[in-house]
Amino acid sequence: MTHKQPHPDPDMTTFEPKIVAYVCNWCTYLGADLAGTNRLEYPPNVRIIRLPCTGRIDFNLIVKAFETGADAVLVSGCHPGDCHYTSGNYHARRRWTLFRELLDTLGIEMDRIHFTWISAAEGRKWQQVITEITEKTRQMGPYLAYKRICRVS
Amino acid sequence: MTKQLHKVCRELLESGKVQVIIGYGQKDRGQPPHPVFITSPEEVEGLVWNDQCVANLTTYLTRKEIRALGKPAIIVKGCDARAIVVLQRESQIDRSAMVVIGMACNGVGEPRLAKCAACDAHVPAHVDITIGEAVSEPVDPERRYNDLNVFMTQSTDERMDYWQDELERCVRCYACRQVCPLCYCERCVADKNRPVRFSTAPTLKGNYAWHITRAFHLAGRCIGCDECTRACPAGINLRLLNLSVARAAENAFGYRAGLDPEAEPVIGSFSTQDKESFIK
Ligand code: SF4
Ligand code: SF4
Ligand code: SF4
Ligand code: FES
Repeated sequence: MTHKQPHPDPDMTTFEPKIVAYVCNWCTYLGADLAGTNRLEYPPNVRIIRLPCTGRIDFNLIVKAFETGADAVLVSGCHPGDCHYTSGNYHARRRWTLFRELLDTLGIEMDRIHFTWISAAEGRKWQQVITEITEKTRQMGPYLAYKRICRVS
Repeated sequence: MTKQLHKVCRELLESGKVQVIIGYGQKDRGQPPHPVFITSPEEVEGLVWNDQCVANLTTYLTRKEIRALGKPAIIVKGCDARAIVVLQRESQIDRSAMVVIGMACNGVGEPRLAKCAACDAHVPAHVDITIGEAVSEPVDPERRYNDLNVFMTQSTDERMDYWQDELERCVRCYACRQVCPLCYCERCVADKNRPVRFSTAPTLKGNYAWHITRAFHLAGRCIGCDECTRACPAGINLRLLNLSVARAAENAFGYRAGLDPEAEPVIGSFSTQDKESFIK
């Protein structure tokens, strides 16, 4: 049995990627905020979800994002050494190292899951990252494989 | 070996050192051995040991009903014994309040189980009594992950197709969870309904969430006994998922679950030197 289906929008003219960004409250959220106050433009495709710390970003949230129709997910927090809770990001880094392998084995497209460190001062990096992810996801098209998993059968 | 096992177990019960032996019984050789819980010295003849003793009995150590029987002695193979190391590290058992009887093992199952081909625990470690003789030799790590390595030669799309076919068959019976010595939570996230963590319906959506959760809650903890895979009535190869996380832990952090009772668990600890090539 094959799960391949024709692309519903082969030219992708109307496709706007949906990107979910899980960010920590103390660095990346402030970085995004800075991008805003500095009037740095970036694509409106990102939905920002603020959490206390990358250490709090449960792996299930990545799955949830895809379940609710995300085409790509970003996880971002403070640079190593800068975590507001000292070590949340170190714990997260370890977890993601293992988690990525599991998803890869399951055939999840790893190009749709992104990890960055963005500090409160890096508004420009936020702008760049979101622009890049949006463009990349636009080229890849909607995440049909996961949408197939989530259709009501 | 069986004679010696009977002798050891009789002494343990007679002396009052333990109140129950968790071991294998078997109706006749044609039938698979089943778990038995022996509480009187007269019954120890009912214990068997042979190459059909596939089950990992350590899953009973944390069960209320079994705990109620008193101080246990448990019969383990080298692979099973690793679960005890993890249970001890996670404060789920009082290691000093039990006797662990390790059986030297050259492989079980007919045909031999996949894990036996890359076993480096023929002689059980961290046990109190060892019965029988065998030789444990180091194994090339790649051999442990052979099945996974073969699987990973497929493309991402092929793997996605494979798992969609596989996970479509999952009926959410949770046998994989019940049989696992390290899935001991009194209330599993899969059963949480206020709020619901992920769909409990046996549809692809809920099944993906379940399988990702199961495999990842066992990250750095799964000792690779493959009991989950054996228990699955749908024949889903959970082993591949377990192997993928185990290989990552070994490759990235030099960690294998259940080897060293003193080791810091791979998740729950960290090093500032951990590699992060995937983070921009
Ligand atoms: S799947 Fe997770 S929550 Fe459920 S029993 Fe296993 S470890 Fe506990
Ligand atoms: S996940 Fe499966 S292989 Fe790993 S310890 Fe549990 S039952 Fe054994
Ligand atoms: S034992 Fe098999 S069918 Fe049952 S919940 Fe686990 S994977 Fe699904
Ligand atoms: S507070 Fe930002 S990563 Fe911990």
